[in-house]
Amino acid sequence: MNPWLLAQFLWIIPAIPLAASLVVLSLKSSRRKTAAAIAIGGQVAALILSIAVFVSTLGAREYRAFFNFTWFTAGYDHIQFGWLLDPLTAVMLVMVTLVSLCIFVFSVGYMADDEKFTRFFAYLSFFTAAMLGVVVANSLLLLFVCWELVGLASYLLIGFWIEKPSAAAAAKKAFITTRIGDLGFFLATTLAALLIFCGAMGKSGQFPLHVWLPDAMEGPTPVSALIHAATMVAAGVFLVARTYPLFAFGSVHGVTPSLTVVVWIGVITALMASLVAVAQVDIKRILAYSTVSQLGLMMVSLGVGGVAAGIVHLLAHAFFKALLFLGSGSVIHGCHGEQDIRKMGGLRTIMPVTFFTYAIGMMALSGVPLFFCGAWSKEAVLDATHHWPVSNLPWVLMIMGVLLTAFYMTRQMIYVFFGQPRSASAGAHESPSVMLIPLIVLAGCTVIFSVVLSPAWPWLESYLTGDHATLRWGDLLTSTVFVSLILVGAGIAAAAVIYRRFGGAIDPLQRAAPIVFRFLEERMWIDELYERTVVRFAKILAGLSDWLDRNVWDGFVRLFAAAGQLTGILTRGFDERGINAGVDEATTGARGLGWSVGRLHSGKVQGYLGVVAIGALALLLLLAWLA
Amino acid sequence: MSLGLILIASSGLFSIGLLAALSRRHAIFMLIGIELMLAAANLNFVAFWRFGPPSPNPHGALFAIFSIAIAAAEAAVGLALVIAVYRHYRTTSVDRMTQLKG
Repeated sequence: MNPWLLAQFLWIIPAIPLAASLVVLSLKSSRRKTAAAIAIGGQVAALILSIAVFVSTLGAREYRAFFNFTWFTAGYDHIQFGWLLDPLTAVMLVMVTLVSLCIFVFSVGYMADDEKFTRFFAYLSFFTAAMLGVVVANSLLLLFVCWELVGLASYLLIGFWIEKPSAAAAAKKAFITTRIGDLGFFLATTLAALLIFCGAMGKSGQFPLHVWLPDAMEGPTPVSALIHAATMVAAGVFLVARTYPLFAFGSVHGVTPSLTVVVWIGVITALMASLVAVAQVDIKRILAYSTVSQLGLMMVSLGVGGVAAGIVHLLAHAFFKALLFLGSGSVIHGCHGEQDIRKMGGLRTIMPVTFFTYAIGMMALSGVPLFFCGAWSKEAVLDATHHWPVSNLPWVLMIMGVLLTAFYMTRQMIYVFFGQPRSASAGAHESPSVMLIPLIVLAGCTVIFSVVLSPAWPWLESYLTGDHATLRWGDLLTSTVFVSLILVGAGIAAAAVIYRRFGGAIDPLQRAAPIVFRFLEERMWIDELYERTVVRFAKILAGLSDWLDRNVWDGFVRLFAAAGQLTGILTRGFDERGINAGVDEATTGARGLGWSVGRLHSGKVQGYLGVVAIGALALLLLLAWLA
Repeated sequence: MSLGLILIASSGLFSIGLLAALSRRHAIFMLIGIELMLAAANLNFVAFWRFGPPSPNPHGALFAIFSIAIAAAEAAVGLALVIAVYRHYRTTSVDRMTQLKG
């Protein structure tokens, strides 16, 4: 099918979840099954259409089909909106709809006890609609509109349990922090590339705007899986990829100042987040910092020129990170809401399906090669980093990041699934099948993806870049594969050794290096630093603005109001004393006159006769005078 | 005996009749006043006939005789009216007779 023909109707894919969201919003909160059915049905429809679009564009070579229409004209300026269909769009459509569908199904079980069940699905549908809008948008303006809608959906979903003050604070924090990034997005006309990256930093949680992402874990786990692992945070990386020509403008051997900034910020983020993740004890927070770290890695990849590698890693990461989050959600659900890993343990036998799928996700994230897709994409990223002309330091630091990733994921697995069952695991149970099936589906996708992504047949990379793909078995065994095998193995082994006799009391690392552990556990005190500086400054400004608003602007308004009142008083005085009195006087005079004239009609004959006599006399005198 | 003298007399008589008609409260006194005014007019007629150009026609005197006859008839009618009004108002004071409807 001609991509140009398809591009015209691309708007239907975001429109279906949006319509579903509006319908669900209008339902009563008791109609849960209907709400869930409508939302999931919308997602299924969007997924089928996305797959259809993706499959039909497989044959075409090097296409970039778009459909624009003029929204309105202002003078000679035509403001155009439109949809874009190219390989990037097609793969993102499939990824977003597939992962979202799994999460929707999972939420049926996870949110079953929540009274705002229907509203949750309305918000989820709205989020997917906005995210798909970001993906298909042709103009930066339309993309920015959908970008903001995604941020709004994130705010609504993080603060979904609005009765929890921490959730409301986290939602505000997310929105305001991403808003700071969005401010940069909008000023793109001047410092175009760097400020676009600013927006990507905010949305994708790069240092120093990463602070909202771990706190966003306050929202329900399906939200964390959808927004903060797979899709919304990927929007920043997607944006850099989408506007890559802007970043790479005037490059010398693939290096420009903007791209260099991207690389260093990504490096700092990846390394910092992996270090902090080692010392965390909340199951979701470990995954949150892992997401921040992986997003840093993707940014590094884009910065050094491996755009296809970075996007492939984004796609793979979406699947296994969503899988990990949903798995953690299953664990939390099974442990009746407990999220502290120190209270879990030995869940391997109690929740076998969860354990198995979580293990697949963990191995994908750590980068165990051959059967788990994360490995291949990470290879490609490290490969690209290795060939950066500017410096070798990112490569070295990213290798350390790989090591740390394997380490903390193994640490988490041991804490949660191995050892003796601790307090929360005692009453634990496996989750219902409606929650397990999406886990299995995502795990399956992870494994299948590894076949699709293997460097022996760089099918997805060629699809994204437009080159030819050839089947080369030899590429399966390069030197980087061995290096990463060694690293991953080292990381897993180190964690296994350190934690092998872990009883759940004190973390061995904490015992070994308490100060360093404390520093990492408190997230390097970055949040506290922001609180003291930025937030305090903002509060002062807010106070000043409030004073100005209350006293100066309100003063003007009150002045006008007083003037209006004065006019009213004057008018009333004039009306009462001037006009009313005048009218009263006139009526009194008229009545007096009428009474005086009425006296002529007295009814007395002698009076009439008198008047006649006087009149005759007057006539007589007149005649005499005239003659 | 001159015309002027008689005219003065007749105007004096007219004025007295007018005064009576205007200032007396009793209805019959008003009629008397009206009769006086008629008499004055008659006197005028006769005076101008007597001191006018000599003529064989007795038009002045004749007019006066007609006038007297009519005055008599009118006085009868007037008295009848006074009696009828008195039956309604129970008073002869013209001050009281102000309403046509009663």
